[in-house]
Amino acid sequence: MTILIHIAFSFVSTVAFGVLTNIPKRALIATGAAGMIGWLIYWGLQQQGYGIGSANFLAAFAVGCVSIFFSRRKKIPMIIFNIPSLVPLVPGGPAYKAVREFALGDNFVGLENLMIVVITAGAIAGGFMMTNVVEKSIMHWQMKRLFNK
Amino acid sequence: MVESKELLLETCLLAGKIMMENGSEVYRVEDTMNRIAANAGEADSISYVTATGIFMGLRSSHYAQVENVHDRVINLEKIVAVNRLSREYAAKSLSLIELHHALKAVNSTTPSFSFPLQVLSAGVVSSTLMIIFGGGWIDFLPTFLIGSIGFMIAIWVKKRIDIRFLDMFCASLVIGSLSILAVHFQVAVNVDNLIIGAVMPLVPGVAITNSFRDILAGHLISGMARGTEAIFTAAAIGVGIATIFTLVGGIS
Repeated sequence: MTILIHIAFSFVSTVAFGVLTNIPKRALIATGAAGMIGWLIYWGLQQQGYGIGSANFLAAFAVGCVSIFFSRRKKIPMIIFNIPSLVPLVPGGPAYKAVREFALGDNFVGLENLMIVVITAGAIAGGFMMTNVVEKSIMHWQMKRLFNK
Repeated sequence: MVESKELLLETCLLAGKIMMENGSEVYRVEDTMNRIAANAGEADSISYVTATGIFMGLRSSHYAQVENVHDRVINLEKIVAVNRLSREYAAKSLSLIELHHALKAVNSTTPSFSFPLQVLSAGVVSSTLMIIFGGGWIDFLPTFLIGSIGFMIAIWVKKRIDIRFLDMFCASLVIGSLSILAVHFQVAVNVDNLIIGAVMPLVPGVAITNSFRDILAGHLISGMARGTEAIFTAAAIGVGIATIFTLVGGIS
């Protein structure tokens, strides 16, 4: 039951964020799927006891790979898929919480949240960097095949 | 000859400005600008793109031109539009002057979702994320409503008052007070969950992540600029909520 809710809601929230970032209508479903996959990987790894760093890294890597697939299929830039589908992962909540705690005078909790922000954002950016490597090697491989023909 | 070079630079800068204002990555902007120039027969062009300004020059002449990037929002449909136009230009189905006109029209011709649908989506983002972050079902509907209202306030303030970060501050004031009221009148249970859900459409999570991506890609200035903007947005929201908590902290 819980997993069904996670599947449905990560999909719906990604599509809704896609509307807010004004993505093309034909990309909505694919974006929702990418967001769902990313969140399920993150959530599944968290349940297994992985830290936020590795969980976010792998989730972002998966989102990136799915985005490459969809962007080649639908012929629209990758960024259309990977920005909205990150919405369940990105550290917006902790960023606001950190500032709130600093303003309320609880510096310790604030710093804790700040660390979460830095680790999460760093892990996601790292995951996407790995995706770039994959994309480059796919392109390299395609080029090679084209020349060998 | 000189005029066509000027037009080329202007067209490239316009394309870059639109992409940068709407949340593209730096490398994609540089790539698109250089590609337009290459397709116009200027294989050796140089572009320097930052989050706040774009510079472009051609090595074959002494010109360089500058464009200012004022606002940074996320509107991905416009990036798709520029991408499509640049491809059409590469395929020679558009001339340079047509490309220039089409780019100028991008801001007015790009379709966007209707305002009610956006408000609805903001509510959906708030409530669904609140649930998957571990909130309770009883807070679902209140979060939906408060998230929608917060988003509406942010848009409304941004349209009327041209002060940066004020929209976020006002929206978070409203979100904070509505959440505390909702719990006070027992329509909802957990203030923290209500707020964390309702601020979700506003918080700069994507901007923070993008700034890290820029820095990792070696675009240090853009990364720092976007990161700074994101930190200040988060600060506006956090301070707004903290203000409400300090003012009426005892009630709930």
